[in-house]
Amino acid sequence: MLEIKGLRASVQGTEILHGVDLTIRAGEVHAIMGPNGSGKSTLAQVLAGHPAYTVTGGTVTYEGKDLLGLAPEERAREGVFLAFQYPVEIKGITNAYFLRSALNAIRKHRGLEELDPIDFIGVLEEKAKAVELGDEMMNRPVNDGFSGGEKKRNEILQMAVLEPRLAILDETDSGLDIDALKTVANAVNRLRRPDNATLIVTHYQRLLNYITPDFVHVLADGRIVKSGGKELAHELEARGYDWLRPEAAAV
Amino acid sequence: MTSIESQVLQPYKYGFVTDIDSDTVPAGLNEDVIRLISAKKGEPAFLLEWRLKAYRHWLTMKEPRWANVTYADIDYQAIRYYSSPKQQKKWDSLDQVDPKLLETFEKLGIPLGEQKRLTGVAVDAVFDSVSVGTTFKETLAKEGIIFCSFSDAVREHPDLIEKYLGTVVPSSDNFFAALNAAVFSDGSFAYIPKGVRCPMELSTYFRINASSTGQFERTLIVAEEGSYVSYLEGCSAPMRDENQLHAAVVELVALDHAEIKYSTVQNWYPGDAEGKGGIYNFVTKRGICAGRASKISWTQVETGSAITWKYPGCILQGDDSIGEFYSVAVTAGRQQADTGTKMIHIGKNTKSTIVSKGISAGRGQNTYRGQVKILKGATGARNYSQCDSMLIGDQCGAHTFPYIDVRNSTATMEHEASTSKIGEDQIFYCKQRGLSAEDAVSMIVNGFCKEVFRELPMEFAVEAQNLLGISLEGSVG
Repeated sequence: MLEIKGLRASVQGTEILHGVDLTIRAGEVHAIMGPNGSGKSTLAQVLAGHPAYTVTGGTVTYEGKDLLGLAPEERAREGVFLAFQYPVEIKGITNAYFLRSALNAIRKHRGLEELDPIDFIGVLEEKAKAVELGDEMMNRPVNDGFSGGEKKRNEILQMAVLEPRLAILDETDSGLDIDALKTVANAVNRLRRPDNATLIVTHYQRLLNYITPDFVHVLADGRIVKSGGKELAHELEARGYDWLRPEAAAV
Repeated sequence: MTSIESQVLQPYKYGFVTDIDSDTVPAGLNEDVIRLISAKKGEPAFLLEWRLKAYRHWLTMKEPRWANVTYADIDYQAIRYYSSPKQQKKWDSLDQVDPKLLETFEKLGIPLGEQKRLTGVAVDAVFDSVSVGTTFKETLAKEGIIFCSFSDAVREHPDLIEKYLGTVVPSSDNFFAALNAAVFSDGSFAYIPKGVRCPMELSTYFRINASSTGQFERTLIVAEEGSYVSYLEGCSAPMRDENQLHAAVVELVALDHAEIKYSTVQNWYPGDAEGKGGIYNFVTKRGICAGRASKISWTQVETGSAITWKYPGCILQGDDSIGEFYSVAVTAGRQQADTGTKMIHIGKNTKSTIVSKGISAGRGQNTYRGQVKILKGATGARNYSQCDSMLIGDQCGAHTFPYIDVRNSTATMEHEASTSKIGEDQIFYCKQRGLSAEDAVSMIVNGFCKEVFRELPMEFAVEAQNLLGISLEGSVG
């Protein structure tokens, strides 16, 4: 589904990613872990196409397409979803209206009929129920006045409605208490299907107690320095990251 | 790629020119021109005298320059003060009007013919200096409502005109109001009798067509005791390289328990991306809540014009009267706006609400200027003001100048202000959900303007939202 080869990217002239390789197949859940400043969020943003990041080398193939050649909205319509670390507020626009517009943009791209508000409410209720998130936030303005936990739950509800092929969760666990963490993890698990894939970016192992990844990768200083199964996450929890830094490994 | 400030020329949909023979007076302004305009309209003597008095006063006045806008000097002798499409003298039905004129309004979305006219909205269509026609006149007449062009009102109801003309905006009020009083050509007149709730929206559509002309229309609305009316004006003009002056005057009079709701969707040609051409929209609008518990509400959506300079205000004279001002002003490209309101509290327990939303994109400059004055006798007066500015890109500007003058210690004042910026992150968030940049901006801006849009009559709220989308098209890269 996704093949990243030698990806290099910089922000404001400073290279953050120094050549990342990663392959994700349909049905898989991958976790990218790493210390602060290792480039985890940069990788998530680059895959989604944030304009502040410049790709300086490498390729990303998504479903046979050159992902980097697509505009951010085209990537989204092709099924790439990013759950933001810091979801953005839009005053005066309800979540329901925002999400329906998004869903219709995606449906239109796929040649499907656009949903009217009434049909959409039906879809929304069904999805909200399926992921046990509730839709009480839907008539409030997008993320406006939301608590940190509400914002993260809202991201996952959006993900449930938009049904991405590739979902990227950028530090979705940060700022969540244990109950909220379980709710979010539960929702993500319910959305797992053989034809979609999930990339979880996280600093801590705790989210992985609830979402079992197929692969765990450690990103340090802009490169993937170690890959393994779910047990790698536990090892990281116990030993920290320092032993994996390239300079440490070289000693 | 990273910039959201790159401003490209916004498409202006209404920039076409109607090819029609015009009866235009030569450029320039003097007493003979004023006499000519008055004669063409067959006006009574009192009105000519009123015009000449205004003109003589205007000659003694200096063009004000205090607004936060810049423009080259206006040559008042280069403007043609009257232009009307040539047509047969009188027609019995709108279907006899020159088809080119009907076509023009149809293209603008304002069909006038009996068969096609908008239901539920009575329209007075003004083309350059004259009214082309007014729909639903007879239906309204059954309720005793007068809705017609100003010229018709002068002929048919001179007593009402003489009684109310200049009572809210005196001819000496300011430079542009005095100029308007001297040369005004047409506009609308509405009179709602005692106790009548106007059954439909009244609306005037102003179209500038001829080149080198100015449009100086005048609107007067009188709401008698216990009556209600909702009125809307729209406007557009061809795309021309020259700047054209539009100096209108609007006067509203609300008597005891009467309510006037006045909405504007202003879409004059804004000029090109480099600031060439466009309308100078220098307008004086004022209403008086003369009666007890009367209410005047201004709602404006200002998306067009090279320069907008206006402060629709309310004189709250009657006890318990209410004044409201809801405004969205957009400046993109090189547009400039200096707009706001004046709320003058005279009566007891008078209340005013001001909600202003300024949006600047490209190199637009947007200024809110508002005055709230609470006079000595206005015991228990209350004002709430909210001024929000939104910036798109980093070459535009937003400015706020509130003037507050309180002379009664029982008054309550609240003022809130905010400035926000549509950031790359907001746009990116929307794009990441599959929305285009244009839809993203339109959504963010519409959310920002929601409190104002919900004050517009339903039919026009949609138009206003679309207009906003078009005005800001291309304002993000």
